[in-house]
Amino acid sequence: MKIPRTVWLYGLGAILLYAFFQIMIMTGMLSTYYTVTLITIGINIILAVSLHLIIGVTGQFSIGHAGFLAIGAYVSAILTMNFSFPFPIAILVGGLAAALAGLLVGIPTLRLKGDYLAIATLGFGEIVRIILLNIEYVRGAAGMPVSHKTTWTYVFIFLVLAIVVIHNFTNSRHGRACISIREDEIAAESMGINSTYYKVIAFAIGSLFAGIAGALYAHNFYVIAPKDFGFLKSFEVLIFVVLGGLGSLSGSVIAAAFLTIVSNFFQGFADIRMILYSLVLILIMLYRPQGLMGNMEIGDLFKKGRRSKGGEGIGA
Amino acid sequence: MEWLQQLMNGISIGSIYALIALGYTMVYGIIKLINFAHGDVVMIGAFTGFYAIVGLHLSFIPALLLAMAVCSILGVIIERVAYRRLRNSSRITALITAIGVSFFIEYTFIYFRGAQPQSYPKDVLPETSINIFGAKINSQALLIFVITIVLMIILQLIVHRTKIGKAMRAVSIDPETAMLMGISVDRTISATFAIGSALAGAAGVIIGIYFTKIEPLMGLLPGIKAFVAAVLGGIGIIPGAMVGGFILGLVETAVSAIGFSNFRDAAAFFILILILIFKPTGIFGKNVREKV
Repeated sequence: MKIPRTVWLYGLGAILLYAFFQIMIMTGMLSTYYTVTLITIGINIILAVSLHLIIGVTGQFSIGHAGFLAIGAYVSAILTMNFSFPFPIAILVGGLAAALAGLLVGIPTLRLKGDYLAIATLGFGEIVRIILLNIEYVRGAAGMPVSHKTTWTYVFIFLVLAIVVIHNFTNSRHGRACISIREDEIAAESMGINSTYYKVIAFAIGSLFAGIAGALYAHNFYVIAPKDFGFLKSFEVLIFVVLGGLGSLSGSVIAAAFLTIVSNFFQGFADIRMILYSLVLILIMLYRPQGLMGNMEIGDLFKKGRRSKGGEGIGA
Repeated sequence: MEWLQQLMNGISIGSIYALIALGYTMVYGIIKLINFAHGDVVMIGAFTGFYAIVGLHLSFIPALLLAMAVCSILGVIIERVAYRRLRNSSRITALITAIGVSFFIEYTFIYFRGAQPQSYPKDVLPETSINIFGAKINSQALLIFVITIVLMIILQLIVHRTKIGKAMRAVSIDPETAMLMGISVDRTISATFAIGSALAGAAGVIIGIYFTKIEPLMGLLPGIKAFVAAVLGGIGIIPGAMVGGFILGLVETAVSAIGFSNFRDAAAFFILILILIFKPTGIFGKNVREKV
């Protein structure tokens, strides 16, 4: 089997990127504060990419992403704190738990269209939060203490995994089926595509990575509380995907990284940050509804005369 | 007679949901948009009522009317600035914009006022207990119910007896044909937003009086629950929103009464997911075949 040259290039780039930051962290050139920021950027990118698969590729509007994040966070935290599981296994189990939840929620709700799905997923996210608030085992509203285990290495491994899996999924037969559902569900079905099946698959993969991001998130901040996983969190992830461009993987990566850095600057002014976020969201929707990148990938910018695979529009 | 008291509580909460749900359902019926900012219009209504009572020393009815007026203007502005351009774009685009508008209103308000909660003046409505068959019924709850019913009757009269109501019904069935018949679609949609937001403003004042506490983020949860009520009754159908609101209020009170008050908020979403699975068109909805 011949491996294309681009794979080598991207692989080399990834290793260099990893090594660069790892050396910066090990030599202390990057202070603890910036290391945590770097890890947060990584986690947010995983989240953005996972939601990108659901909204951008498959066109299913889910605004309950924080629910899956919460499931991954709490499951992995319980495993490491109460059952002293090794961290990598806890991450994977957290991701699988979220994927299972995605499957359970997805099978009934993904029959719904557009806005109904949005509200149903929003409802799911709220149910998860309310249930967590009322479980004594995870200390309800007070929050659950979690030891700090997330390192740049873990984040980077799962970041690369998320991007590679979702990129390859999108460009596979299954991904093309998902794109066709986004473009026109009825037309896709009449071509023999089992739309519910593909929607549920995309939803489950998205939830899996949201759960993994949740596990990494939980072990980054010493304490997790249900209020961290409210509607506001789902909104934040949504704006990464929308700003980056609905249907653009590299767009959501760039938007997630950029907005995480920007919101770090606004740390002390949370209100202004939210006003700006919502203004940006409204303006983008009014003047460039396909997002900054549309459904172009960063590579497409350098290839003249070749259109991206996605086609126009973001589906209803 | 515990249950009669609980029933009255359920009806009071239900009438609040019904008032908010009416706005959702009217807007959805006419432009197929979930107006996410509707809950924040409720919040603005509650605060307008508060400032009218405390600052301007108005009594209840004038304060209610003022809140309704302010909210209907706000609703029209929201429609004009944000939603009108999106009328022909995809529904996800419109929904994302609506979420953006919602957050914009909330955080702009927090920025100027601060996020701290505010307790509502208590002496706006007379509060006495009325004894009916041994059950103590709060006169406030009764008044809230009466006000809601009066507003609903007015709404029904507007929708079914006036020219603008006829235009609204026509536009919701088929905007293009309505336009061909000489109806100004833009003006009709503005009127819908004005009426729906006025009801939301009234709901805001009533929430303030009933729960005695208001805050800038108060609109989110009742807003979403009222949407659930609208879906429950069949979205786009006005009587459906009323019935859905009352059912939701009663269910929530029942859930609290049997000892799961912590899970009261989850009940609404559970109902939503059930109704969406088994009868997505809602109680009053008719099945509409999808055409390509």
